[in-house]
Amino acid sequence: MTQFFDYLILGLTRGSMYALIALGYTLVYGVLQLINFAHSEVFMSGAFGSYIIVHLMVGKGPGTATWEVPFVFIVGVLSGAITAAIIAWLLERVAYRPLRRRGAPKLAFLISAIGASFFLSTLASKLFNSQTSNQFPAFFRNTVLFSIDGAHVRSLELIIIVSALGMMFFLDRLVNTTKLGRSIRAVSEDAPTAALMGINIDKTISRTFVIGGLLGGAAGFLFGLNYDFGFNMGFVPGVKAFAAAVLGGIGNIRGAMLGGLLLGVVENLVNLVPGFNTAWTDVVAFLVLVLVLMFRPTGLLGERLGRAA
Amino acid sequence: MTESMLGLVDVEVRYGNIRALKGISFEVGAGEIVALLGANGAGKTTTQKTISGMLRPSAGSITYEGSRIDGIPAHELIGLGICHVPEGRHVFPRMTVAENLEMGAFRFKRVDRTDLEHVLGLFPRLQERYRQVAGTLSGGEQQMLAIGRALMGKPRLLLLDEPSMGLAPLVVQQIFDIVRQINTAGVTVLLVEQNAAQALALANRGYVLETGEIVLTGTGPDLLADDRVRAAYLGEEIAS
Ligand SMILES: Nc1ncnc2c1ncn2[C@@H]1O[C@H](COP(=O)(O)OP(=O)(O)OP(=O)(O)O)[C@@H](O)[C@H]1O
Ligand SMILES: [Mg+2]
Repeated sequence: MTQFFDYLILGLTRGSMYALIALGYTLVYGVLQLINFAHSEVFMSGAFGSYIIVHLMVGKGPGTATWEVPFVFIVGVLSGAITAAIIAWLLERVAYRPLRRRGAPKLAFLISAIGASFFLSTLASKLFNSQTSNQFPAFFRNTVLFSIDGAHVRSLELIIIVSALGMMFFLDRLVNTTKLGRSIRAVSEDAPTAALMGINIDKTISRTFVIGGLLGGAAGFLFGLNYDFGFNMGFVPGVKAFAAAVLGGIGNIRGAMLGGLLLGVVENLVNLVPGFNTAWTDVVAFLVLVLVLMFRPTGLLGERLGRAA
Repeated sequence: MTESMLGLVDVEVRYGNIRALKGISFEVGAGEIVALLGANGAGKTTTQKTISGMLRPSAGSITYEGSRIDGIPAHELIGLGICHVPEGRHVFPRMTVAENLEMGAFRFKRVDRTDLEHVLGLFPRLQERYRQVAGTLSGGEQQMLAIGRALMGKPRLLLLDEPSMGLAPLVVQQIFDIVRQINTAGVTVLLVEQNAAQALALANRGYVLETGEIVLTGTGPDLLADDRVRAAYLGEEIAS
Protein backbone atom coordinates (compact mmCIF):
# COMPACT_ATOMS: atom_id res chain seq x y z
CA MET A 1 0.00 0.00 0.00
CA THR A 2 2.84 2.38 0.76
CA GLN A 3 3.97 2.02 -2.81
CA PHE A 4 0.47 2.57 -4.09
CA PHE A 5 0.18 5.92 -2.33
CA ASP A 6 3.70 6.89 -3.37
CA TYR A 7 2.84 6.36 -7.00
CA LEU A 8 -0.58 7.93 -6.63
CA ILE A 9 0.95 11.13 -5.24
CA LEU A 10 3.57 11.14 -7.98
CA GLY A 11 0.87 10.53 -10.57
CA LEU A 12 -1.31 13.35 -9.29
CA THR A 13 1.67 15.71 -9.26
CA ARG A 14 2.56 14.97 -12.86
CA GLY A 15 -1.06 14.69 -13.87
CA SER A 16 -1.95 18.13 -12.56
CA MET A 17 0.84 19.60 -14.67
CA TYR A 18 -0.37 17.69 -17.73
CA ALA A 19 -3.87 18.99 -17.06
CA LEU A 20 -2.73 22.62 -16.91
CA ILE A 21 -0.87 22.24 -20.21
CA ALA A 22 -3.69 20.22 -21.80
CA LEU A 23 -6.10 23.09 -21.14
CA GLY A 24 -4.04 25.27 -23.45
CA TYR A 25 -4.35 22.75 -26.28
CA THR A 26 -8.05 22.25 -25.76
CA LEU A 27 -8.98 25.95 -25.40
CA VAL A 28 -7.20 26.88 -28.61
CA TYR A 29 -8.63 23.87 -30.40
CA GLY A 30 -12.08 25.06 -29.34
CA VAL A 31 -11.84 28.48 -30.95
CA LEU A 32 -9.68 27.62 -33.97
CA GLN A 33 -10.07 23.85 -34.57
CA LEU A 34 -6.31 23.85 -34.61
CA ILE A 35 -3.71 21.95 -32.59
CA ASN A 36 -1.25 24.54 -31.39
CA PHE A 37 1.85 22.37 -31.56
CA ALA A 38 3.99 25.23 -30.30
CA HIS A 39 2.18 25.13 -26.95
CA SER A 40 4.92 22.89 -25.48
CA GLU A 41 7.30 25.83 -26.00
CA VAL A 42 4.84 28.19 -24.36
CA PHE A 43 5.09 25.92 -21.33
CA MET A 44 8.90 25.94 -21.56
CA SER A 45 8.99 29.73 -21.72
CA GLY A 46 7.06 29.82 -18.45
CA ALA A 47 9.77 27.83 -16.71
CA PHE A 48 12.51 30.15 -17.97
CA GLY A 49 10.56 33.33 -17.30
CA SER A 50 9.87 32.37 -13.70
CA TYR A 51 13.44 31.11 -13.27
CA ILE A 52 14.86 34.51 -14.18
CA ILE A 53 12.57 36.38 -11.82
CA VAL A 54 12.93 33.95 -8.92
CA HIS A 55 16.71 33.94 -9.39
CA LEU A 56 16.74 37.73 -9.23
CA MET A 57 14.79 37.57 -5.99
CA VAL A 58 16.59 34.87 -4.05
CA GLY A 59 19.81 34.10 -5.90
CA LYS A 60 20.71 30.46 -5.46
CA GLY A 61 18.08 30.10 -2.81
CA PRO A 62 19.57 29.30 0.58
CA GLY A 63 18.95 32.04 3.09
CA THR A 64 15.39 32.62 1.98
CA ALA A 65 13.45 33.21 5.19
CA THR A 66 10.45 30.98 5.80
CA TRP A 67 8.06 33.89 5.72
CA GLU A 68 9.37 34.83 2.27
CA VAL A 69 8.72 31.43 0.74
CA PRO A 70 4.98 31.82 -0.05
CA PHE A 71 5.73 35.24 -1.50
CA VAL A 72 8.49 33.87 -3.75
CA PHE A 73 6.19 31.03 -4.79
CA ILE A 74 3.40 33.37 -5.83
CA VAL A 75 5.78 35.62 -7.74
CA GLY A 76 7.17 32.49 -9.42
CA VAL A 77 3.73 31.32 -10.55
CA LEU A 78 2.81 34.77 -11.80
CA SER A 79 6.06 35.42 -13.64
CA GLY A 80 5.88 32.01 -15.35
CA ALA A 81 2.26 32.57 -16.27
CA ILE A 82 2.82 36.09 -17.60
CA THR A 83 5.93 35.19 -19.62
CA ALA A 84 4.12 32.30 -21.26
CA ALA A 85 1.00 34.39 -21.87
CA ILE A 86 3.07 36.99 -23.72
CA ILE A 87 4.71 34.27 -25.81
CA ALA A 88 1.32 32.69 -26.55
CA TRP A 89 -0.14 36.05 -27.53
CA LEU A 90 2.80 36.77 -29.85
CA LEU A 91 2.56 33.27 -31.30
CA GLU A 92 -1.04 33.82 -32.32
CA ARG A 93 -0.22 37.23 -33.79
CA VAL A 94 2.83 36.12 -35.75
CA ALA A 95 2.28 32.47 -36.63
CA TYR A 96 -1.49 32.10 -36.97
CA ARG A 97 -3.36 35.35 -37.49
CA PRO A 98 -1.73 36.21 -40.84
CA LEU A 99 -2.67 32.75 -42.13
CA ARG A 100 -6.23 33.14 -40.86
CA ARG A 101 -6.54 36.49 -42.66
CA ARG A 102 -5.61 34.83 -45.94
CA GLY A 103 -7.84 31.81 -45.40
CA ALA A 104 -4.87 29.44 -45.54
CA PRO A 105 -5.47 25.67 -45.50
CA LYS A 106 -5.11 23.70 -42.23
CA LEU A 107 -1.78 22.24 -43.29
CA ALA A 108 -0.23 25.71 -43.43
CA PHE A 109 -1.15 26.25 -39.77
CA LEU A 110 0.50 22.98 -38.83
CA ILE A 111 3.74 23.88 -40.60
CA SER A 112 3.66 27.32 -39.03
CA ALA A 113 3.19 25.75 -35.59
CA ILE A 114 6.13 23.41 -36.05
CA GLY A 115 8.28 26.28 -37.28
CA ALA A 116 7.35 28.43 -34.29
CA SER A 117 8.09 25.52 -31.98
CA PHE A 118 11.59 25.06 -33.40
CA PHE A 119 12.21 28.77 -33.29
CA LEU A 120 11.27 29.09 -29.63
CA SER A 121 13.22 26.08 -28.40
CA THR A 122 16.30 27.08 -30.41
CA LEU A 123 16.04 30.61 -29.08
CA ALA A 124 15.89 29.31 -25.51
CA SER A 125 18.87 27.06 -26.16
CA LYS A 126 20.91 30.02 -27.47
CA LEU A 127 19.89 32.30 -24.62
CA PHE A 128 20.55 29.73 -21.91
CA ASN A 129 23.73 28.04 -23.13
CA SER A 130 22.07 24.86 -24.33
CA GLN A 131 21.88 23.59 -20.76
CA THR A 132 19.32 20.86 -20.38
CA SER A 133 19.68 20.50 -16.64
CA ASN A 134 19.09 23.91 -15.15
CA GLN A 135 17.91 23.93 -11.58
CA PHE A 136 15.65 26.31 -9.81
CA PRO A 137 16.95 28.19 -6.80
CA ALA A 138 16.36 25.99 -3.78
CA PHE A 139 14.35 28.58 -1.94
CA PHE A 140 12.57 26.17 0.35
CA ARG A 141 13.13 22.78 1.96
CA ASN A 142 10.88 20.10 0.60
CA THR A 143 9.80 18.71 3.95
CA VAL A 144 7.56 15.74 4.68
CA LEU A 145 4.24 17.12 5.84
CA PHE A 146 2.45 13.91 6.75
CA SER A 147 2.30 10.26 5.80
CA ILE A 148 -0.50 8.12 4.43
CA ASP A 149 0.07 4.49 5.24
CA GLY A 150 3.82 5.01 5.22
CA ALA A 151 3.86 7.05 2.02
CA HIS A 152 5.27 10.52 2.51
CA VAL A 153 3.40 13.57 1.33
CA ARG A 154 5.90 16.35 0.80
CA SER A 155 5.19 20.06 0.81
CA LEU A 156 6.23 20.56 -2.81
CA GLU A 157 3.96 17.86 -4.17
CA LEU A 158 1.04 19.10 -2.12
CA ILE A 159 1.59 22.68 -3.23
CA ILE A 160 1.74 21.65 -6.88
CA ILE A 161 -1.43 19.58 -6.70
CA VAL A 162 -3.41 22.12 -4.69
CA SER A 163 -2.39 25.13 -6.75
CA ALA A 164 -3.05 23.31 -10.03
CA LEU A 165 -6.51 22.25 -8.85
CA GLY A 166 -7.17 25.80 -7.72
CA MET A 167 -6.29 27.18 -11.15
CA MET A 168 -8.48 24.61 -12.86
CA PHE A 169 -11.42 25.50 -10.63
CA PHE A 170 -10.85 29.16 -11.40
CA LEU A 171 -10.77 28.48 -15.15
CA ASP A 172 -13.93 26.41 -14.97
CA ARG A 173 -15.76 29.29 -13.27
CA LEU A 174 -14.31 31.77 -15.74
CA VAL A 175 -15.52 29.80 -18.73
CA ASN A 176 -18.95 29.01 -17.35
CA THR A 177 -19.99 32.16 -15.55
CA THR A 178 -18.26 35.20 -17.02
CA LYS A 179 -18.89 37.16 -20.19
CA LEU A 180 -15.35 36.45 -21.34
CA GLY A 181 -15.99 32.73 -20.86
CA ARG A 182 -19.25 32.92 -22.72
CA SER A 183 -17.61 34.69 -25.64
CA ILE A 184 -14.98 31.92 -25.82
CA ARG A 185 -17.70 29.28 -25.81
CA ALA A 186 -19.72 31.13 -28.45
CA VAL A 187 -16.72 31.43 -30.79
CA SER A 188 -15.97 27.72 -30.21
CA GLU A 189 -19.50 26.69 -31.10
CA ASP A 190 -20.20 28.99 -34.05
CA ALA A 191 -17.79 31.82 -34.78
CA PRO A 192 -19.70 33.70 -37.53
CA THR A 193 -22.85 33.74 -35.40
CA ALA A 194 -20.84 34.85 -32.37
CA ALA A 195 -19.79 37.87 -34.43
CA LEU A 196 -23.45 38.65 -35.11
CA MET A 197 -23.95 38.83 -31.33
CA GLY A 198 -21.31 41.55 -31.12
CA ILE A 199 -18.33 39.37 -30.22
CA ASN A 200 -14.98 40.39 -31.69
CA ILE A 201 -13.61 37.06 -32.90
CA ASP A 202 -9.99 38.19 -33.21
CA LYS A 203 -9.97 39.55 -29.67
CA THR A 204 -11.56 36.41 -28.32
CA ILE A 205 -8.97 34.22 -30.02
CA SER A 206 -6.16 36.36 -28.61
CA ARG A 207 -7.62 36.12 -25.12
CA THR A 208 -7.95 32.36 -25.46
CA PHE A 209 -4.25 32.06 -26.31
CA VAL A 210 -3.43 34.27 -23.34
CA ILE A 211 -5.47 32.13 -20.93
CA GLY A 212 -3.88 28.95 -22.28
CA GLY A 213 -0.48 30.62 -21.90
CA LEU A 214 -1.16 31.66 -18.31
CA LEU A 215 -2.00 28.09 -17.32
CA GLY A 216 0.86 26.54 -19.31
CA GLY A 217 3.36 29.03 -17.89
CA ALA A 218 2.23 28.34 -14.34
CA ALA A 219 2.76 24.65 -15.09
CA GLY A 220 6.24 25.51 -16.38
CA PHE A 221 7.11 27.05 -13.02
CA LEU A 222 5.70 24.08 -11.09
CA PHE A 223 7.64 21.70 -13.33
CA GLY A 224 10.85 23.67 -12.81
CA LEU A 225 10.49 23.44 -9.04
CA ASN A 226 10.28 19.69 -9.27
CA TYR A 227 12.64 18.69 -12.10
CA ASP A 228 15.69 19.82 -13.99
CA PHE A 229 14.65 21.90 -16.92
CA GLY A 230 16.08 23.15 -20.21
CA PHE A 231 15.21 24.35 -23.70
CA ASN A 232 14.02 20.87 -24.68
CA MET A 233 11.82 20.35 -21.61
CA GLY A 234 8.59 21.09 -23.47
CA PHE A 235 8.56 18.10 -25.76
CA VAL A 236 7.64 15.16 -23.52
CA PRO A 237 5.16 16.94 -21.21
CA GLY A 238 3.74 18.69 -24.29
CA VAL A 239 3.08 15.44 -26.11
CA LYS A 240 1.63 13.88 -22.95
CA ALA A 241 -0.60 16.88 -22.34
CA PHE A 242 -1.78 16.79 -25.94
CA ALA A 243 -2.58 13.11 -25.45
CA ALA A 244 -4.42 14.03 -22.25
CA ALA A 245 -6.50 16.62 -24.09
CA VAL A 246 -7.45 14.04 -26.72
CA LEU A 247 -8.12 11.47 -24.01
CA GLY A 248 -10.56 13.81 -22.29
CA GLY A 249 -12.14 14.90 -25.58
CA ILE A 250 -10.34 17.67 -27.48
CA GLY A 251 -12.17 20.98 -27.11
CA ASN A 252 -13.74 19.91 -23.82
CA ILE A 253 -12.35 21.84 -20.88
CA ARG A 254 -13.28 19.49 -18.06
CA GLY A 255 -12.14 16.66 -20.31
CA ALA A 256 -8.64 18.13 -20.46
CA MET A 257 -8.50 18.32 -16.67
CA LEU A 258 -9.72 14.77 -16.25
CA GLY A 259 -7.51 13.45 -19.04
CA GLY A 260 -4.40 15.07 -17.57
CA LEU A 261 -4.93 13.77 -14.05
CA LEU A 262 -5.88 10.33 -15.29
CA LEU A 263 -2.90 10.02 -17.59
CA GLY A 264 -0.51 11.06 -14.83
CA VAL A 265 -1.98 8.61 -12.34
CA VAL A 266 -2.21 5.65 -14.71
CA GLU A 267 1.29 5.99 -16.12
CA ASN A 268 2.71 5.95 -12.61
CA LEU A 269 0.47 3.35 -10.99
CA VAL A 270 1.51 0.92 -13.68
CA ASN A 271 4.79 0.59 -11.81
CA LEU A 272 2.90 -1.54 -9.28
CA VAL A 273 2.20 -4.21 -11.86
CA PRO A 274 4.86 -6.93 -11.62
CA GLY A 275 7.20 -6.80 -14.60
CA PHE A 276 6.67 -3.07 -15.22
CA ASN A 277 9.00 -0.28 -14.17
CA THR A 278 9.45 3.41 -14.91
CA ALA A 279 10.79 2.59 -18.37
CA TRP A 280 7.22 1.72 -19.29
CA THR A 281 5.74 5.03 -18.19
CA ASP A 282 5.59 6.65 -21.62
CA VAL A 283 4.50 3.48 -23.38
CA VAL A 284 1.60 3.05 -20.99
CA ALA A 285 0.48 6.64 -21.38
CA PHE A 286 -0.06 6.16 -25.10
CA LEU A 287 -1.44 2.67 -24.72
CA VAL A 288 -4.18 4.15 -22.51
CA LEU A 289 -4.85 6.78 -25.14
CA VAL A 290 -5.18 4.25 -27.94
CA LEU A 291 -7.41 1.98 -25.88
CA VAL A 292 -9.77 4.76 -24.84
CA LEU A 293 -10.03 6.10 -28.38
CA MET A 294 -10.86 2.62 -29.67
CA PHE A 295 -13.96 2.56 -27.53
CA ARG A 296 -14.73 6.28 -27.36
CA PRO A 297 -13.31 7.93 -30.48
CA THR A 298 -14.29 11.39 -29.24
CA GLY A 299 -12.55 10.99 -25.87
CA LEU A 300 -13.93 10.54 -22.39
CA LEU A 301 -16.03 13.71 -22.19
CA GLY A 302 -15.99 14.62 -25.89
CA GLU A 303 -19.05 15.18 -28.01
CA ARG A 304 -20.54 12.07 -29.49
CA LEU A 305 -20.19 12.00 -33.23
CA GLY A 306 -23.28 12.93 -35.16
CA ARG A 307 -24.71 15.39 -32.66
CA ALA A 308 -27.24 17.90 -33.96
CA ALA A 309 -25.45 20.89 -35.43
CA MET B 1 -42.39 54.97 -48.24
CA THR B 2 -41.28 56.90 -45.18
CA GLU B 3 -37.81 58.15 -44.51
CA SER B 4 -35.17 55.69 -45.75
CA MET B 5 -33.49 53.56 -43.09
CA LEU B 6 -31.31 51.35 -45.25
CA GLY B 7 -30.09 51.99 -48.75
CA LEU B 8 -27.94 49.87 -51.05
CA VAL B 9 -26.42 51.44 -54.16
CA ASP B 10 -24.80 49.28 -56.86
CA VAL B 11 -23.65 46.70 -54.33
CA GLU B 12 -21.48 44.00 -55.79
CA VAL B 13 -20.32 40.95 -53.83
CA ARG B 14 -17.92 38.29 -55.00
CA TYR B 15 -17.00 34.83 -53.77
CA GLY B 16 -13.60 34.52 -55.42
CA ASN B 17 -14.36 34.86 -59.11
CA ILE B 18 -18.10 34.35 -58.74
CA ARG B 19 -20.13 37.55 -58.76
CA ALA B 20 -22.99 36.66 -56.46
CA LEU B 21 -24.44 40.19 -56.45
CA LYS B 22 -24.02 42.15 -59.68
CA GLY B 23 -24.58 45.67 -58.44
CA ILE B 24 -27.95 45.77 -56.71
CA SER B 25 -29.69 48.87 -55.40
CA PHE B 26 -32.72 49.04 -53.13
CA GLU B 27 -34.10 50.82 -50.12
CA VAL B 28 -35.90 49.95 -46.92
CA GLY B 29 -37.92 52.69 -45.23
CA ALA B 30 -38.09 53.14 -41.48
CA GLY B 31 -40.91 51.03 -40.04
CA GLU B 32 -41.45 48.96 -43.20
CA ILE B 33 -41.51 45.24 -43.80
CA VAL B 34 -39.73 44.61 -47.09
CA ALA B 35 -39.65 41.15 -48.66
CA LEU B 36 -36.72 39.90 -50.68
CA LEU B 37 -37.74 37.07 -52.98
CA GLY B 38 -35.91 34.91 -55.45
CA ALA B 39 -35.10 31.37 -56.51
CA ASN B 40 -32.39 29.26 -54.87
CA GLY B 41 -28.99 30.78 -55.46
CA ALA B 42 -30.40 34.17 -56.47
CA GLY B 43 -28.31 35.97 -53.82
CA LYS B 44 -30.81 36.63 -51.01
CA THR B 45 -28.62 35.27 -48.22
CA THR B 46 -25.60 37.00 -49.70
CA THR B 47 -27.50 40.31 -49.62
CA GLN B 48 -28.41 39.93 -45.94
CA LYS B 49 -24.91 38.82 -44.96
CA THR B 50 -23.50 41.88 -46.68
CA ILE B 51 -25.85 44.20 -44.81
CA SER B 52 -25.00 42.63 -41.43
CA GLY B 53 -21.26 42.85 -42.12
CA MET B 54 -20.55 39.13 -42.50
CA LEU B 55 -19.45 39.84 -46.08
CA ARG B 56 -17.80 42.91 -47.57
CA PRO B 57 -19.04 44.31 -50.86
CA SER B 58 -16.39 44.61 -53.58
CA ALA B 59 -18.15 47.69 -54.97
CA GLY B 60 -21.06 49.98 -54.16
CA SER B 61 -22.23 51.51 -50.91
CA ILE B 62 -24.57 50.70 -48.03
CA THR B 63 -26.12 53.51 -46.01
CA TYR B 64 -27.90 52.97 -42.71
CA GLU B 65 -29.64 55.78 -40.83
CA GLY B 66 -27.70 58.31 -42.85
CA SER B 67 -24.15 56.95 -42.63
CA ARG B 68 -22.04 54.55 -44.65
CA ILE B 69 -21.75 51.12 -43.02
CA ASP B 70 -20.11 48.98 -45.71
CA GLY B 71 -16.78 47.70 -44.44
CA ILE B 72 -17.82 47.84 -40.78
CA PRO B 73 -17.40 44.34 -39.28
CA ALA B 74 -20.44 42.41 -38.05
CA HIS B 75 -19.61 42.64 -34.35
CA GLU B 76 -19.73 46.44 -34.56
CA LEU B 77 -22.86 46.67 -36.70
CA ILE B 78 -25.04 45.04 -34.06
CA GLY B 79 -24.18 48.04 -31.92
CA LEU B 80 -26.12 50.14 -34.44
CA GLY B 81 -29.23 48.01 -34.00
CA ILE B 82 -28.86 45.71 -37.02
CA CYS B 83 -29.77 42.18 -35.87
CA HIS B 84 -29.52 39.25 -38.27
CA VAL B 85 -31.31 35.92 -37.86
CA PRO B 86 -29.16 33.85 -40.21
CA GLU B 87 -30.35 31.17 -42.60
CA GLY B 88 -30.45 27.82 -40.84
CA ARG B 89 -31.05 29.30 -37.38
CA HIS B 90 -27.54 28.89 -35.98
CA VAL B 91 -28.44 28.71 -32.31
CA PHE B 92 -25.48 27.83 -30.06
CA PRO B 93 -26.10 24.10 -29.74
CA ARG B 94 -24.36 23.37 -26.44
CA MET B 95 -25.75 26.41 -24.64
CA THR B 96 -29.14 26.39 -22.97
CA VAL B 97 -32.11 28.38 -24.21
CA ALA B 98 -31.44 30.86 -21.41
CA GLU B 99 -27.77 31.24 -22.38
CA ASN B 100 -28.67 31.66 -26.07
CA LEU B 101 -31.04 34.48 -25.19
CA GLU B 102 -28.34 36.08 -23.04
CA MET B 103 -25.95 35.83 -26.00
CA GLY B 104 -28.40 37.95 -27.97
CA ALA B 105 -27.97 40.69 -25.39
CA PHE B 106 -24.18 40.29 -25.32
CA ARG B 107 -23.61 43.85 -26.48
CA PHE B 108 -25.25 45.22 -23.34
CA LYS B 109 -23.73 45.23 -19.87
CA ARG B 110 -26.62 43.23 -18.51
CA VAL B 111 -29.71 41.44 -19.78
CA ASP B 112 -32.80 43.65 -19.90
CA ARG B 113 -35.49 41.79 -17.89
CA THR B 114 -38.35 43.43 -19.79
CA ASP B 115 -36.86 42.29 -23.13
CA LEU B 116 -36.52 38.78 -21.75
CA GLU B 117 -40.10 38.72 -20.52
CA HIS B 118 -41.26 40.15 -23.84
CA VAL B 119 -39.48 37.38 -25.80
CA LEU B 120 -40.73 34.63 -23.49
CA GLY B 121 -44.21 36.09 -23.85
CA LEU B 122 -43.95 35.93 -27.66
CA PHE B 123 -42.60 32.36 -27.51
CA PRO B 124 -44.04 30.56 -24.47
CA ARG B 125 -42.38 27.39 -25.77
CA LEU B 126 -38.99 28.88 -24.96
CA GLN B 127 -40.12 29.44 -21.39
CA GLU B 128 -40.97 25.74 -21.09
CA ARG B 129 -37.57 24.76 -22.48
CA TYR B 130 -35.64 27.44 -20.64
CA ARG B 131 -32.91 25.17 -19.19
CA GLN B 132 -32.75 22.78 -22.15
CA VAL B 133 -29.67 22.66 -24.36
CA ALA B 134 -30.49 24.37 -27.68
CA GLY B 135 -29.05 21.59 -29.85
CA THR B 136 -31.84 19.29 -28.65
CA LEU B 137 -34.70 21.64 -29.53
CA SER B 138 -36.94 20.88 -32.51
CA GLY B 139 -36.39 22.85 -35.70
CA GLY B 140 -39.34 25.13 -35.03
CA GLU B 141 -38.24 25.75 -31.45
CA GLN B 142 -34.75 26.58 -32.68
CA GLN B 143 -36.22 29.09 -35.12
CA MET B 144 -38.18 30.72 -32.30
CA LEU B 145 -35.00 30.82 -30.24
CA ALA B 146 -33.03 32.38 -33.11
CA ILE B 147 -35.65 35.12 -33.51
CA GLY B 148 -35.93 35.60 -29.74
CA ARG B 149 -32.17 35.87 -29.47
CA ALA B 150 -32.10 38.60 -32.14
CA LEU B 151 -34.84 40.51 -30.30
CA MET B 152 -32.69 40.48 -27.14
CA GLY B 153 -30.26 42.72 -29.06
CA LYS B 154 -32.92 45.49 -29.31
CA PRO B 155 -32.98 45.59 -33.12
CA ARG B 156 -33.99 48.65 -35.08
CA LEU B 157 -33.47 46.74 -38.32
CA LEU B 158 -34.19 43.01 -38.23
CA LEU B 159 -32.87 40.78 -41.02
CA LEU B 160 -34.77 37.49 -41.22
CA ASP B 161 -33.45 34.80 -43.57
CA GLU B 162 -36.13 32.20 -44.33
CA PRO B 163 -37.70 32.06 -40.88
CA SER B 164 -40.30 29.60 -42.17
CA MET B 165 -37.84 27.06 -43.55
CA GLY B 166 -38.79 23.51 -42.62
CA LEU B 167 -41.69 24.47 -40.38
CA ALA B 168 -45.25 23.17 -40.27
CA PRO B 169 -47.86 25.55 -41.80
CA LEU B 170 -49.36 26.35 -38.42
CA VAL B 171 -45.96 27.30 -37.00
CA VAL B 172 -45.19 29.35 -40.11
CA GLN B 173 -48.37 31.33 -39.54
CA GLN B 174 -47.35 31.86 -35.90
CA ILE B 175 -43.92 33.10 -36.90
CA PHE B 176 -45.39 35.49 -39.48
CA ASP B 177 -47.86 36.83 -36.91
CA ILE B 178 -44.97 37.47 -34.56
CA VAL B 179 -42.99 39.23 -37.29
CA ARG B 180 -45.98 41.52 -37.74
CA GLN B 181 -46.11 42.17 -33.99
CA ILE B 182 -42.41 42.95 -33.89
CA ASN B 183 -42.86 45.37 -36.77
CA THR B 184 -45.86 47.05 -35.12
CA ALA B 185 -43.63 47.61 -32.09
CA GLY B 186 -41.41 49.77 -34.35
CA VAL B 187 -38.82 47.39 -35.79
CA THR B 188 -38.03 47.62 -39.50
CA VAL B 189 -37.87 44.18 -41.13
CA LEU B 190 -36.08 42.87 -44.22
CA LEU B 191 -37.54 39.44 -44.82
CA VAL B 192 -36.10 36.76 -47.11
CA GLU B 193 -38.63 34.07 -47.94
CA GLN B 194 -39.33 31.18 -50.29
CA ASN B 195 -42.91 31.40 -49.18
CA ALA B 196 -43.76 34.27 -51.55
CA ALA B 197 -47.51 34.47 -51.06
CA GLN B 198 -47.32 34.75 -47.30
CA ALA B 199 -44.30 37.03 -47.37
CA LEU B 200 -45.95 39.46 -49.78
CA ALA B 201 -49.17 39.42 -47.81
CA LEU B 202 -47.18 40.56 -44.80
CA ALA B 203 -44.77 42.97 -46.49
CA ASN B 204 -45.33 46.59 -47.51
CA ARG B 205 -43.12 46.12 -50.54
CA GLY B 206 -40.98 43.49 -52.17
CA TYR B 207 -37.97 43.04 -54.44
CA VAL B 208 -37.32 40.04 -56.64
CA LEU B 209 -33.74 38.92 -57.14
CA GLU B 210 -32.58 36.78 -60.03
CA THR B 211 -28.97 35.57 -60.30
CA GLY B 212 -27.60 38.54 -58.44
CA GLU B 213 -29.77 41.25 -59.97
CA ILE B 214 -33.03 42.90 -58.95
CA VAL B 215 -35.52 42.24 -61.71
CA LEU B 216 -38.81 43.35 -60.17
CA THR B 217 -40.07 45.60 -57.44
CA GLY B 218 -43.45 46.76 -56.21
CA THR B 219 -45.93 46.69 -53.37
CA GLY B 220 -47.01 43.34 -51.98
CA PRO B 221 -50.34 43.23 -53.88
CA ASP B 222 -48.70 44.41 -57.13
CA LEU B 223 -46.11 41.67 -57.03
CA LEU B 224 -48.70 39.09 -56.06
CA ALA B 225 -50.66 40.06 -59.16
CA ASP B 226 -47.60 39.99 -61.42
CA ASP B 227 -47.62 37.07 -63.86
CA ARG B 228 -43.89 36.50 -63.62
CA VAL B 229 -44.06 36.26 -59.84
CA ARG B 230 -47.05 33.97 -60.01
CA ALA B 231 -45.28 31.70 -62.47
CA ALA B 232 -41.95 31.60 -60.72
CA TYR B 233 -42.89 31.56 -57.06
CA LEU B 234 -46.49 30.50 -56.74
CA GLY B 235 -46.21 27.66 -59.19
CA GLU B 236 -49.16 28.80 -61.30
CA GLU B 237 -49.56 28.04 -64.97
CA ILE B 238 -49.80 31.20 -67.02
CA ALA B 239 -51.85 31.00 -70.16
CA SER B 240 -49.88 32.78 -72.86
N1 LIG C 1 -19.29 30.70 -49.61
C1 LIG C 1 -19.56 30.70 -50.93
N2 LIG C 1 -18.59 30.43 -51.83
C2 LIG C 1 -18.86 30.43 -53.14
N3 LIG C 1 -20.05 30.69 -53.66
C3 LIG C 1 -21.06 30.96 -52.82
C4 LIG C 1 -20.87 30.98 -51.40
N4 LIG C 1 -22.04 31.28 -50.82
C5 LIG C 1 -22.93 31.43 -51.82
N5 LIG C 1 -22.34 31.24 -53.01
C6 LIG C 1 -23.00 31.35 -54.34
O1 LIG C 1 -23.58 32.62 -54.42
C7 LIG C 1 -24.87 32.54 -55.03
C8 LIG C 1 -25.92 33.17 -54.14
O2 LIG C 1 -26.05 32.40 -52.96
P1 LIG C 1 -27.05 32.77 -51.80
O3 LIG C 1 -26.77 31.86 -50.65
O4 LIG C 1 -27.00 34.21 -51.55
O5 LIG C 1 -28.45 32.37 -52.45
P2 LIG C 1 -29.91 32.44 -51.85
O6 LIG C 1 -30.70 33.36 -52.69
O7 LIG C 1 -29.88 32.72 -50.40
O8 LIG C 1 -30.40 30.94 -52.11
P3 LIG C 1 -31.33 29.97 -51.22
O9 LIG C 1 -32.74 30.31 -51.51
O10 LIG C 1 -31.01 28.60 -51.74
O11 LIG C 1 -30.96 30.16 -49.80
C9 LIG C 1 -25.11 31.06 -55.30
O12 LIG C 1 -24.83 30.82 -56.65
C10 LIG C 1 -24.11 30.35 -54.43
O13 LIG C 1 -23.68 29.17 -55.04
MG1 LIG D 1 -30.35 31.67 -48.76
